[in-house]
Amino acid sequence: MDMPVNYYIFLGIVLFCIGVIGVLTRRNAIIIFMSIELMLNAVNLLLVAFSQARHALATAHGADNTLVGADGQLFVFFIMVVAAAEVSVGLAIIVMMYRNTHSVDVNFLNRLKH
Amino acid sequence: MTVTQILFWFLSILTIFSALMVITRRNPVYSVLWLIITFVCISGHYILLNAQFLAIVNIIVYAGAIMVLFLFVIMLMNLNSDAEPQKNKWMQLAGVVAGGCLLLTMVAALKSASTANDTVTLGSGSIGLIQNLGQVLFKQYVLPFEISSVLFLSAMVGAVVIGKKN
Repeated sequence: MDMPVNYYIFLGIVLFCIGVIGVLTRRNAIIIFMSIELMLNAVNLLLVAFSQARHALATAHGADNTLVGADGQLFVFFIMVVAAAEVSVGLAIIVMMYRNTHSVDVNFLNRLKH
Repeated sequence: MTVTQILFWFLSILTIFSALMVITRRNPVYSVLWLIITFVCISGHYILLNAQFLAIVNIIVYAGAIMVLFLFVIMLMNLNSDAEPQKNKWMQLAGVVAGGCLLLTMVAALKSASTANDTVTLGSGSIGLIQNLGQVLFKQYVLPFEISSVLFLSAMVGAVVIGKKN
């Protein structure tokens, strides 16, 4: 079953923009963090789709190497690794911020402005 | 419409809907639950794309570990929706307009991209299997793999250092 890769591009763009809107409109630090996860996943989905499209293109042109396109899926793997590390540090920062201010409102974090 | 196409559209609509619910719910716990549904839908997309290993890893790592971590932190803080900070209406409107403009620009730019004729063959290919991914990972990408373990170690130490009482 063939699917145009454009559909995946548009789905990825929509998910990414929902993440951007979430970051711009919410003040809860945890929800902002979840929106960032949403953006990362949009990119992951797109990478997998591109990897599959490249694999299909290579096999259509008669390449004997069946591992063409596996790089994209490994990038997704590494993005997941980085996201897990990021979440652990970020949630530690949010817990620290809650302990000091008793709130997760990001507007408390504007001291760099002054 | 074949079954895979119906599945693709169903999963896409459910993904976008649950992503919208994530950013619109007042209560952070509901947001986390909707985000789990979003991740499960994205895993379904991976299975449709024949990336079975990534689908399983996505469910285990994201929907399992990371989201449980989020839930723990939210429950630790005892947040309720009354104390939820809200931006004023104009700031929210400006955010939505800015995001919509980004969406519009990217869709318009990529609508006539040269990838328009490329297709993704659903349910075929074997690069998503753990055997083939493992071969590439431990031959070509063995150095980044080892470096990521150092990254994990530093993240762990960083989380402990930041999180401890001073």
